[in-house]
Amino acid sequence: MSMPMFSLTECFILSQKSFPRLFEVLQAKGYQVIGPTVRDGAVVYEQLSSVDELPCGWQDDQGGGTYRLKRRADNALFGYGVGPHSWKKLLHLPAYCLWSAQTENGKLQIAPGDGPAPKLAFLGVRSCELHALAIQDKVFLRGKYVDPAYRQRRENALIVAVNCAQPSGTCFCVSMNTGPKASFSFDLALTEVIESGQHFFLVETGSPQGAELLGQITEQKATQKDKDAAARVVANAAAHMGRTMESAGIKDLLYRNYDHPRWEDVAARCLSCANCTMVCPTCFCTTVEDATDLAGKQASRWRKWDSCFTMDFSFIHGSSVRASTKSRYRQWMTHKLATWFDQFGTSGCVGCGRCISWCPVGIDITEEARVIRQNDGITLTKEQVHENQKP
Amino acid sequence: MAVKHKPKLAVWKFASCDGCQLSLLDCEEELLAVAGAVDIANFPEATRAVVRGPYDLSLVEGSITTPRDAERIHQVRRASKYLVTIGACATAGGIQALRNFKEVKEFISIVYATPGYIEALNKSTPISDQVFVDFELQGCPINKYQLLEVISAYLNRRKPNTPPYSVCLECKRRATVCVMVAHGTPCLGPVTQAGCGAICPSYNRGCYGCFGPKETPNTAALAKRCARIGMSDPDLVRAFRTYNSYSEPFRRESIAHEQK
Repeated sequence: MSMPMFSLTECFILSQKSFPRLFEVLQAKGYQVIGPTVRDGAVVYEQLSSVDELPCGWQDDQGGGTYRLKRRADNALFGYGVGPHSWKKLLHLPAYCLWSAQTENGKLQIAPGDGPAPKLAFLGVRSCELHALAIQDKVFLRGKYVDPAYRQRRENALIVAVNCAQPSGTCFCVSMNTGPKASFSFDLALTEVIESGQHFFLVETGSPQGAELLGQITEQKATQKDKDAAARVVANAAAHMGRTMESAGIKDLLYRNYDHPRWEDVAARCLSCANCTMVCPTCFCTTVEDATDLAGKQASRWRKWDSCFTMDFSFIHGSSVRASTKSRYRQWMTHKLATWFDQFGTSGCVGCGRCISWCPVGIDITEEARVIRQNDGITLTKEQVHENQKP
Repeated sequence: MAVKHKPKLAVWKFASCDGCQLSLLDCEEELLAVAGAVDIANFPEATRAVVRGPYDLSLVEGSITTPRDAERIHQVRRASKYLVTIGACATAGGIQALRNFKEVKEFISIVYATPGYIEALNKSTPISDQVFVDFELQGCPINKYQLLEVISAYLNRRKPNTPPYSVCLECKRRATVCVMVAHGTPCLGPVTQAGCGAICPSYNRGCYGCFGPKETPNTAALAKRCARIGMSDPDLVRAFRTYNSYSEPFRRESIAHEQK
């Protein structure tokens, strides 16, 4: 593993003591700061009013279907791996009113939906999450149909990335080439360095906006020694991935294994509860619901997060196309790792590991992919198919 | 298009605690709108005035537990154009369906001084076991907003939005931290239908399954996981045997653990 580079743009140093200054400057510029905080036993993304709300001294133990916080030996502010929330909840809202209408004196009036986008500063965005944002940008902003609600929120968002120092047990960004070092699409990027009695942040700028902000916070330039220390933090993270996934050729692997017996196996374990799709930072599917009042005078149209694991998702006149859990799991995983390439030109998986940790029964996408690869091309015999169909 | 004439609404009670029909009175702010949109023709909890049938929309609460009720539900069906069952009793037999796993005559002989006066069926069964049901609203008790949604959808001639997917979608949309994953608390949310708004997990409790089984529930896989995080077979029997114990997926799962 080569050492990550920290020398393309000029880097600055922000001491732990002066870190609150970042909050002050963001708030003075009218941003609501959204960042990590501990709530109900997990690191979640919520509105923060001060640096005291950051998960100081916390890290996590994650595995298939488990997540536990534990104390760190140091006072790291960002010493945790990604939790149950992703930034999509702030850009691609879980429930969004598209428009509403009412009749008054026989006249129909149509009003726009949810109001103007707030000015949000995202603090603590990880490299895998930057890749996830870029993927959702492709979905919502590129091509013929641009999503205005997403665009407004995205354009208003300021991004302060934080390079990972402590990957979780379900992380595999190195396998997906999405981390752990933030390489693009941020305004500022921090690396938290805690060594030899020192605790500081190395700060890179990624945009003129970021540079202007940083100018108000610190003028202390980083030395080569500081850069080397930061590079070691990231290299250490890269060397401690909890999971790996062989991503080379995975598209074709899945395309030629539609009938692999593993799909039956995973269907027996899968709850079709949709948690994996809800926590996935790239899953973007929605359903549209109409609400009406009892008098028939008011109506509103809502867009809500939906999932390919529900029956209604593939309901086409008369019945669901993907009635079996097998077909639904296969659809989801094949979309993430294969058809996404054809649709958007990238993988739909960024290796954040949320779908593994937050699956109540701990189904592991890396393990499913590995088993299919190990038994590439196996299909069920007619007798086995018959056996599987028995009640 | 709204229905032209004011539809007649009737509320019927079978074996139940009345909690579901009280959800209608619980609508408070929306109650006047309900009264404005429909003619409340038969609702003894609200008014003694009874308008004769037939009725456009019947809300049926409760399960069938006596020979008399098994007859009466047919009269209700005949008098109703559109019949909606409300609550776990009417859609799955309710808490009283716990007797379905035992011999009811034994209970009667222990509880009542003169068992001869008691005429009870051996099983508590949902309305759909007796008559055709147009729509089933799950929940113990039902969610009042879902009830309003069903009435509103009926009036506006559209399909009600009462999604059959899991509670997990509601938890995740409201950004609740998963109690099963983060705390190791057993939760029936992954096999339970949404509709309550995922209340219990938001108070750090596991889902009790009040809203009954979701579509395509995999109770066996969930039970296996719950066993791994500490539930015994008797615990699992009790978890699946509450308000919706006689719904097919929960019934099957509880029996599987009883036999172990």
